[in-house]
Amino acid sequence: MLTYNLNILLLVPIMTLAGIVLVKDTRNARIVTAIGMSVQLLLVFVLLYMYMAERNAGNIDEVLFYQDFTWYESLNIRYSIGVDGIAVGLIVLTGIVVFAGVFASWLMKDLVKEFFFWLILLVTGVFGFFISLDLFIMFMFFELAVIPMYLLIGIWGTGPKEYSAMKLTLMLMGASAILLVGILGIYFNSAPDGGALTFNILEISKVNIPIDAQRFFFPMVFVGFGVISALFPFHTWSPDGHASAPTAVSMLHAGVLMKLGGYGVLKVAIYLLPDAASEMATFFLIFVTIGVIYGALSAVMQRDLKYINAYSSVSHVGLILFGLLMLTKTALNGAVLQMISHGLITALFFGLIGMIYGRTHTRMVSEMSGLLKVMPFLSVAYVIAGLASLGMPGLSGFVAELPIFVGAFSHPEPFYRVITVIAISSIVVAAVYILRVIAKMLMEKVKEEANNKLTDAKWYEKISVISLLLFIVAIGLVPFWLSEMIMTSLEPIIRRLN
Amino acid sequence: MGNYQYTIWILILPFAAFLFTGILSGKLKPSFTAAISIGAIGIATVLSYFAAIQYFFLNASESYTAIEAASFTWYRLSDTLVIDMGILIDSISVMMLVVITTVSLMVHIYSTGYMKGDDGYARYFTFLSLFSFAMLGLVLATNLIQIYVFWELVGLSSYLLIGHYYQKPSAVAAAKKAFIVTRFADLGFLIGILMLSYYTGTFSFSEITDPNGPLITQTIGGVFLGLSTLTWAMILVFMGGAGKSAMFPFHIWLPDAMEGPTPISALIHAATMVVAGVFLVARMFTVYSLAAPEALEVIAFIGAFTSLFAALIAITQTDIKKILAYSTISQIGYMMMALGVSGYSGEAGLGFTASMFHLFTHAFFKALLFLGAGSIIHAVHSNEMKDMGNLRKHLPATHITFLIATLAISGIPPFSGFFSKDEILAAAYASNKLYFAVEYLVAGLTAFYMFRLYFKVFWGKERTYENIQESPASMTIPLWILAFGTLFAGFLPFSHLVTTDGIPFDTHFHWNIALPSVGIALAGIFIAAALYKKESARSQKIAASLGAFYSVTKEKFYVDEIYIFITKKIIFNLISMPVVWFDRHIVDGFMNLTGNTTVALSFRIRKFQSGNIHQYALVFLTGILIATLFYLFYYPN
Amino acid sequence: MIEDIPLSHILIVSTLIFFIGVYGFLTRKNMITMLISVELVLNAVNINFVAINRYLYPERLEGHFFALFVIGIAAAEAAVAIAIFINLYRNIRSIDVDEVTEMKY
Repeated sequence: MLTYNLNILLLVPIMTLAGIVLVKDTRNARIVTAIGMSVQLLLVFVLLYMYMAERNAGNIDEVLFYQDFTWYESLNIRYSIGVDGIAVGLIVLTGIVVFAGVFASWLMKDLVKEFFFWLILLVTGVFGFFISLDLFIMFMFFELAVIPMYLLIGIWGTGPKEYSAMKLTLMLMGASAILLVGILGIYFNSAPDGGALTFNILEISKVNIPIDAQRFFFPMVFVGFGVISALFPFHTWSPDGHASAPTAVSMLHAGVLMKLGGYGVLKVAIYLLPDAASEMATFFLIFVTIGVIYGALSAVMQRDLKYINAYSSVSHVGLILFGLLMLTKTALNGAVLQMISHGLITALFFGLIGMIYGRTHTRMVSEMSGLLKVMPFLSVAYVIAGLASLGMPGLSGFVAELPIFVGAFSHPEPFYRVITVIAISSIVVAAVYILRVIAKMLMEKVKEEANNKLTDAKWYEKISVISLLLFIVAIGLVPFWLSEMIMTSLEPIIRRLN
Repeated sequence: MGNYQYTIWILILPFAAFLFTGILSGKLKPSFTAAISIGAIGIATVLSYFAAIQYFFLNASESYTAIEAASFTWYRLSDTLVIDMGILIDSISVMMLVVITTVSLMVHIYSTGYMKGDDGYARYFTFLSLFSFAMLGLVLATNLIQIYVFWELVGLSSYLLIGHYYQKPSAVAAAKKAFIVTRFADLGFLIGILMLSYYTGTFSFSEITDPNGPLITQTIGGVFLGLSTLTWAMILVFMGGAGKSAMFPFHIWLPDAMEGPTPISALIHAATMVVAGVFLVARMFTVYSLAAPEALEVIAFIGAFTSLFAALIAITQTDIKKILAYSTISQIGYMMMALGVSGYSGEAGLGFTASMFHLFTHAFFKALLFLGAGSIIHAVHSNEMKDMGNLRKHLPATHITFLIATLAISGIPPFSGFFSKDEILAAAYASNKLYFAVEYLVAGLTAFYMFRLYFKVFWGKERTYENIQESPASMTIPLWILAFGTLFAGFLPFSHLVTTDGIPFDTHFHWNIALPSVGIALAGIFIAAALYKKESARSQKIAASLGAFYSVTKEKFYVDEIYIFITKKIIFNLISMPVVWFDRHIVDGFMNLTGNTTVALSFRIRKFQSGNIHQYALVFLTGILIATLFYLFYYPN
Repeated sequence: MIEDIPLSHILIVSTLIFFIGVYGFLTRKNMITMLISVELVLNAVNINFVAINRYLYPERLEGHFFALFVIGIAAAEAAVAIAIFINLYRNIRSIDVDEVTEMKY
């Protein structure tokens, strides 16, 4: 039986990095990156296929393709990697978003080599994060994914980029510090009955960490991961950061990096500290629900496309945390689907915004009109992204949000149902801010003379847009395969929670 | 029973047409796109009629039962909660199939003439296919989520088609408004679905509406504000229906939706999509009737109120499509009211049957009215009645068919509207005399405003027209076919086909109701004839004497203004703006404050880092000396 | 022979050299003289290493080794330092330590 070596998911980005360093011409740097990420995308699909084949063959291990090497003996840090259905789903998401992101930044002009270098370094971190099963390694990859962001925004960004980059990095670093304490807390409590301390998630999941320790460290891990998922009130890095970041970075950041938080909350905070999670969910749900409705209401009043989308992300990623904290299987499944779905949708949004900005040189909604006539392809894609974002059935947003709401509503506590109703009302607000942009920017007549001469999408932009659209539609029409894969992998977590 | 597997093609064909023409848009010739769409809906129509004949007439048994013709698991939410996509064949869904495919096919054919030369010709037909698919999926849905999915999709296609002339600001605004208003109502629907699924653990209609099922036989859920939670859930479900069916207070989007092409108004905003709310209530009728009668009372009240309210507004409007839109709202109010006063099973379920009957006949004559209006607009290039007059000379075919439809909606025998309206009035009379009185009045008002429209457009003074001529055959043939339907649809024995529990019953003719209702309709017609057949100043005088009441109805009771006040002033200014301010200044301000404090602090202590190597060395040396001396003299041995 | 000279004498010499070096380092602005002063300090330490090793632990060699290490590293350090000075001089035409303020703050 052929098995899948997960290290290849790190090897390809690293080889791409080497390739970028070696090429002389900047034009070649982007070709190297495109080839590398195409190969990566292919490998991701091979992983998806092999994972499903293995599961269908009756393999019911918690994680597949497990590998384990000692990395630092005396602290029992091990390089252990393996994937479950949730990780596979997010790896697929990452593969697609990165692929689309590379093509979306095809026309990058300044310091092309360096840009792609940092971008791929970040991507390496993300892939590493999703495959690692050791908290220490996981944290290391997490930092690897977060830090290049500073340079990417600070150097290639627009607007007040230094300020935004600094704010984003400092807030995420602050969260990392808290997170590190939380992870160490888990580590030092990982062997309550004596024996060797461990960072390994699989091993920790077999022991019950003392409830006092759980109560102390759960908030740290939750907030630590929550900040990168724009947990209210620590979300303010997101609008500024996304607005200043270059296109591909916005796509990756909103599309994938914000999901690191959700994944971490699920696999570390909830899985390893289940008792505290059940106890404290209500408290954190209040903040999360505020974030959901607050992000949506803020988006209504924004004028800058990127700000609209950033606040919309605060709202939609809030729904991920909302679903996670419900701690029911249906809601967890919805939350993971929402990670994937929102990743695709928001990446598409930021990609399209970048492409439109590259033509009109403005992101102000009021300064554009009638673009549907001028650039039909981009406009139609924008409309589809908008519809997906407001939860139109047939697109991925709906199948992701539905289980969250159903799962949340089926909670026996009336309080949970009340906040569910509040959270659901955000989808109406979403319709308002999305349709407002579509109406103002894409429809009516072209008011700005100069905009009449703009061109529609080029081939590389079409690749980028279509690759994302394809999956938004595929998940929306046939959610079964993805949700079954996720659902099976949620079993151990649900078992821990009960 | 019987095999209904083939009905799946009724759904697949329009969807395939949508996908094919949508993906290849721009590469296909527009006329080819239209041909594909018409072909798909044409075959679907044939299949629907076949299904109807098979279900209603080749059915040997005494009663009509619901049949799940096809079903597959689309999505699994948990171990027990499963969403299926399937096809539910029962009397109302089969009836709706006939209505939708007929009107849709007519509109498709009509549009080839009406939309000729339009820039978005291909796009228009693509979206028509999408709409047909969504609407057919909606009526065939086997469960709440499936109906919600297609519910949203019809809303989407309505949005896309209202915004067909997307370069026109008013059309864009109307499309947006329609979407957001119905979306808000759908919020209620979704919450209602969640509540129902919470109590029953299923989405399936066959389980929820089972008269012997747990939802109906057992009291579940608590009590909230004096009504059971189930009643609240059903009211919320109705809220969704009210949004789609433009019931007060969600009616505001429908008149604006007339910005779309006129065939769209005929198909979506008169015959099919707007009656989805009625269909939804009918679909859940068992639950409403047996377990949540309070919710049914709400429906009856809203229906009756809306029918009167919209009829009053229709009298004073001058745009022919707006008049028809308000008339649609009013007629749907009729249907809702009829459902609301209906009982369950046997003759008590007359209201239900009447409502479905009226839905059926209304679809024909209202589609006919709209298509006729389209034909007029096509000839005159205006929606305003002041630009029209004496058109019967110029548009003979349109005139005759329009007159037939007008007589039908006014309830004049032997046109179809008479029969269905008679049954509704009979059902109201049997249940609640107040509603009967209101609907009786509305019948008169309807006859009046429809004939006002008729006389003003087809009679009256000749205007100056530019090369006016009758519409092409592609447009008049659908008019004649629908006129045929309008003439004969009323003779269908509906109480033998569509009943609350599937068991046919006999209705007798209600002379005591029919005669007065024809009387008031004739009265309305005569007043309209007196006022508008010849252009005169009498109508202005009456309007002037009504004063404030006239202007209030002309301004549609200021409901739009109230909405604008609530959204713009209260939600945007009093909620969103403070939220944004709070975000920028308090939340972000706090984050910036921490950053700025750190910077300020480090600015103060940076002098220590002078960069002067001599200073460093001196400090270093001093430190060493102090440490040494300390070590020498004070360090305990 | 050497045993006739008490250790304290040698230590006094090395202390003198050490403080001469420190004094030079603190008072001179010229980088080369500062480097020479640092060399003096290092050599004072070397003397201490060797002398203490020889007097107190004649059978062991750590002090000698350390002295050799220090000499080696001092040589490398001098090379690097002078390279920096030359580059500085090329850039700002001065090797006055107070003139190098470009990267301050």
